[in-house]
Parts: sequence; C-alpha cells; structure tokens
Amino acid sequence: MSALLQVDKLGKRFGGFVALEGIDLAVAAGERVGLIGPNGSGKSTLVNCIAGAMRNESGTVHFDGKRLDRLPAHSRTRLGLARSFQLPKPFHSMTVAENLHVPALYTVNARHGHHLSNAQIDARVEEVLTQVGLHEKANRRPRDLTQIEMRKLELARAMTADPKLLIADEAMAGLSHSEVDDILALLLRLNAHGVTVIMIEHIMRAVTSFSQRLVVLVAGRKIADGAPEEVVRNPEVVKAYIGE
Amino acid sequence: MPYVPTRYFCLIAALVTIAIAVAARLATNDYFFFAGYVVLQYVVMSTAWNILGGYTGYVNFGTAGFFAIGAYTAVVMHKLFEPPLPLSILVGGFMAGLVGLGMGYLTLRLRGVFFAIATLALAIVLQTLVTNWDYVGGSRGVYIIRPDTGPFGHPYIQYLFLTMLVLSAIAICIARAIEHSKLGYGLATIRDDELAAEAAGVPTLRLKLISTVLSGALMGMAGAPLPYYVTYLDPTSGFNLAFAVNSIAMPLIGGTSSWLGPVIGALLLATIQQIATVTISSALNLLIVGVIMVAFVALAPNGILGLFERGVRTRRRPAEKEAA
Repeated sequence: MSALLQVDKLGKRFGGFVALEGIDLAVAAGERVGLIGPNGSGKSTLVNCIAGAMRNESGTVHFDGKRLDRLPAHSRTRLGLARSFQLPKPFHSMTVAENLHVPALYTVNARHGHHLSNAQIDARVEEVLTQVGLHEKANRRPRDLTQIEMRKLELARAMTADPKLLIADEAMAGLSHSEVDDILALLLRLNAHGVTVIMIEHIMRAVTSFSQRLVVLVAGRKIADGAPEEVVRNPEVVKAYIGE
Repeated sequence: MPYVPTRYFCLIAALVTIAIAVAARLATNDYFFFAGYVVLQYVVMSTAWNILGGYTGYVNFGTAGFFAIGAYTAVVMHKLFEPPLPLSILVGGFMAGLVGLGMGYLTLRLRGVFFAIATLALAIVLQTLVTNWDYVGGSRGVYIIRPDTGPFGHPYIQYLFLTMLVLSAIAICIARAIEHSKLGYGLATIRDDELAAEAAGVPTLRLKLISTVLSGALMGMAGAPLPYYVTYLDPTSGFNLAFAVNSIAMPLIGGTSSWLGPVIGALLLATIQQIATVTISSALNLLIVGVIMVAFVALAPNGILGLFERGVRTRRRPAEKEAA
C-alpha cells in the first residue's frame, strides 16, 4: 500500500543548529499516528516543513503522490493537508462562523471541480460548528471564546478545508481532563470518517489511547516508530524522557 | 444596517455623484470647485490607502510617491501630445499600479514598521529620480498651461472637479466591492495572521500584490489631474509629505474597518483644512491634522466608525445575555 504522506531524509537547520536530520516517515491513509518527543525535539518544525510554513533544506515530502516541498503552504492545504496551530491563530477581526468561511472559500472552492454556493458554504460551516459544539458561538468574535473553544475553532477551521490528512499540533495542551476527552472524541470521529490524523501531543494518556502508531523524535532525529506499547517500553525513549 | 448588494450600491453612488454634479452647477464662485477638488482628491487617496493599510494591514508611507507618479505621467504625456484628461488618468493609474506591483514584490516579505520604512524610501528614491530628470523640469519644476474650458464648454476647473468626483465614486465602489467579496475575506486574514491565512488556503502573496496594485493605481489616478490643477509642478510639491500624512490620518480618523471610514475622514479633515487655509493661514494645515490625529489615537483608536460600533455593541450586550 502506498503511503498518503511520505517524508524522506528530511533535514532542516537554523544557522548552525540542526533542528531535523534524516527524518523518514510514512503515514498510510486512514491511520492515526502520534508524534511525541521532549520539548525542542523538532516536532513543530517537522509539522511546519510538512505543512509549508517552513522550507526544508534537504529531503522530500510527498503527499498523495505529489511532491510537496517546493509548494507554498496554501497549495498544500488545497491538496488536502490541513493543520492546526499549537498556539491558536484565529482571525480575530472575524466572527467564529466567518473564520470557517475562509477555508471554504479559499480551499474547498479552489479545488478542481468544486464550487460551493453561498448557501452550501453556510450549511457546511453550520455543520462543522455543530460537530465541534461551537454553533451557539457562531456570531461571537474569537476574543469571547474560552481556551478550549479556541482550540475547537482551530480544529474546526482545519476541518472545514475537507482535509485528507489533519495534523493537530498540541491541540490539547493546557486543557482539563474532560476537555481532553472532548477533543479526543472529536478527532476519533473525524478519523472514523476517513481523515488521516497525525497528533502531536505531550499528554501521554491522550496520545497513547488515540494513536495506532507512535513516532518519537529526540534532538531532531527519529528514535522510535511502532506500536504505542512497544515504543513506550523502548529503552532509548525512556532515556530521552526520564534520563538514565 | 441591511446589506445592500454591490450593484445597487454602485447605482446609489452614481446617483449621488450626479446629484452633487448638478448641485455644483449652482455654485457661483469658482473657488468652490478649487476647494472641492482637493477634498475629493483626498477621498480617493484615503480610500486607496485604506485598501492596503486598512483591509490588508500594511501601512504605506510612500503615498506621495504613487500620487506623484500619476502627476508626472500626466506631465510627460502633456509634453508629448496633450492627451485628453481621462487618458492621462488611466495611464497614470497604470504606471502607479506597475510600481505598486514592483514594490509589493520587493517589500512584502517585510512586515510592520519595516514595510512602512521601505515604502517611505521608495517615495524618496522616486523623488530623487524626478528631481534629476530634465525632461519633466527637474528641480526647476514644470509649467502646464491649463486649457480655458473643458470638453463641455465649462471652465476647466469645473471639469477637473467633475473628474475627481467620478474618480471618488469609482474608488468608493471598488473599496466597497472588495469589502464584501472573497478578496475582502482574504485580505482580512492577511491582516489578522498570515501563517493561519496560508494554512487556510489563502494565497497571501498574490492577494497582497493585488492589494498593492489596486491601492497604488488609485493613488496614481488621483495624482494625474494635479499638473492641470496647480499649473506649476515641482518635485517638492508633487512628492510633498503632506499627501502621505493626510492619506494616513484620514482613514485613521474616520475608521479603517470599512469604506465609509476614509470617506468620512477625508471629507471632515480636508474640509477643515480648506476652511483653515482661507480663514486662518495655509501653514496651519498640518498642525490641525497633527492635533486631530493625536486626539483620535488617544481617545478613539478605531476612528469615528469605531465610536459608533462600540455604541452599538454596548447596547446589544444586555440583550445577548438575556438570550443566552
């Protein structure tokens, strides 16, 4: 089976600092992959290189059979690769509903053979807002939202783009136990509808229960890749997290 | 306010334009047209500035540069073959739009204050070029003989006034159409957060270029009739910093969130300036702008429109709470 996302020998440096080196990663369609690693291990940099917010210096990224790593970020989103940001980045001058209009207008409608009418866009936005439980706040501005609502808006905006692959960058950091369960359920529902999900997370409970496979980055290198139970028992992973 | 579709809005704008043009026929003194021309010129300039500055969030300090490109294009054309005014305006707008495209390409990787400085530098570079270009008069300046009458047989200043009135209506219609379009959404996402905009599929570079081209072109169009208005144009007056300061101050005072803000700001400020020029002194102009701007930045940072919106929101709040 060919992978939906195929990263080969990816490298990225900031000046003399090697942030990522020789990263290989393959994610199959429909899979749920967890990406973990200590702070500063390069998780967000990897996401930025895959999603296009940063350019990788070496290696390649292929998505759905197409080479990504020369494309600007918006083209990658249009191909079906959506991401949420670690720190929510809502469009603060717009209402919650308008925030979701943007990917509908600029991503879904930019795909070949798609043209949603205004009424269809409204319906789609309404549907996503209901899914994430934000429909009552549709006409509020992002500044009126709580932390968890802000995370939901971030995910909802990525979902509105109808992605094949969703990369959730620490969508649960700082949330309470029940709020984490809320977001987990949302991502699982999404995956059940055929969306491949890569989850970057520090909350081990969430990431191990969600992921079918765990990938571990330490200091810019991939040190483990496999079933969650095996990976968390891997001596190198234990060393990276707990020390010797 | 109920939403008015763009085509009806343009129809209303056309009717208002005709009404003003007809009403202006009642004016017995040509001074009215001289003063009105300047006010309308600033309606175009501040509306154009707001497309890049207000909608897209990029502060352009090089307004005078784009304005002067329009003016000097008209000078060159006048020296070549004395074209009809609308043609000068079109070519002036085209040239300024072209420079806008170049500026956009070179400087849009810069953000915030760095972009502002780069645009100011662009205006200074252009001024230096024109100062050393003999064909358009160099630093000596150039005289343009204004025709006595316009194409309809009225005094030429009335023709200039009418032209600027039509340009204002066009600029306002363009700004308003952008605001309620997919393009308007896209520009607002750039203003709010460029990374998030790209992640949502917005081609930010292309939209920023569209914005700089449109904004620059409108400024160039506003500048093209200037040589005929002043009849003597030199680089210091064509590239005057007052154009830049005014075109920034007017949208800020009126409010940058919609097309109405720059219009209110321009009508208010330019009218006050015109009145002050004849009643007090012409040197007082910029002082007035400065004082008003300081007052607004301190007391109403979102401009006159912002004051209104805040009023609406505080009135709406209790009702929302009851509903919840």
